[in-house]
Amino acid sequence: MTAPGAERLGTTDRRILNRLQEGFPISPRPFLDVAEELGLAEDDLISRLERMRAARLITRFGPFFDAAAMGGAFCLCAMAVPADEFEAVLTKVNERPEVAHNYERGHRLNMWFVLATETEEEIEAVAGSLERETGHRVRRFPKLREFYVGFRVMA
Amino acid sequence: MSLDSIDRAIVAQTQAGLPLVPDPYARIARLVGIDEAALHARLHDLQARGVIRRIAAAPNHYALGLTENGMSVWDVEDARVARLGARVGALDFVSHCYERPRALPEWPYNLFAMIHGTSRAEVEEKRAQIGHLLGPACRGRDILYSTRILKKTGLRLRPKE
Repeated sequence: MTAPGAERLGTTDRRILNRLQEGFPISPRPFLDVAEELGLAEDDLISRLERMRAARLITRFGPFFDAAAMGGAFCLCAMAVPADEFEAVLTKVNERPEVAHNYERGHRLNMWFVLATETEEEIEAVAGSLERETGHRVRRFPKLREFYVGFRVMA
Repeated sequence: MSLDSIDRAIVAQTQAGLPLVPDPYARIARLVGIDEAALHARLHDLQARGVIRRIAAAPNHYALGLTENGMSVWDVEDARVARLGARVGALDFVSHCYERPRALPEWPYNLFAMIHGTSRAEVEEKRAQIGHLLGPACRGRDILYSTRILKKTGLRLRPKE
């Protein structure tokens, strides 16, 4: 999809960003390979990437790992927390180091977080202990199947 | 999927990103303690096994103006969710797409698709496109917008020893 904010970028930076969302070469001089494809000098490409990274236009550059393939267990969880208990429950949930991120969402199930642990058993243990501690159910939504995602932001 | 100690060292040395130098792989190879050709072979193998999904730049969606996102959820016939889920995931505005278990009766939805857009209206328009694609196989739908980030820690992978 096309990103409107990309208008702030020059044409060259946009071409770089678009090219580098696909595969970066595995070779002795990968920046040189990409620079030649784009008609740029290697050092120009590298300095533009440095600038875009410093400006937080690029959040990460490198290999993207499949978390599950690395070992470890992950589970999306959700809770329906009454408004008057929300902050108290939030404190209990967020103090767990296994809670990787947590979002409030506009729904009866209003607290959504990801548990990340070494084993499946620990997912159950953490979720179970949060249920006992808060008095509210922790719905588990583990990934059954992941669909390949075609998401690319065209700058 | 098993990773040996060299694979784990490669993960540890690259998960914060590649260095922006002309020979980034040579640097990583030195840190891992293998020669560069061996590192190339390992990276190709990790990609073939799906441990590395891609080597790429992640643009900052917010900085590029994609400030709205919604978690769309769908109740799709079990027999058709695999085929239809693949088509939803392939849409260029969907960043994550998973089949997950229902939690009946409260939660009838089994397909989750994160939609990105520049405005709430655009996200809703994309959501209508997904609804159209799913057709009669879809028996219920909802969308959850985030109202607050409560916690956000980088999901650092801890390769097992």
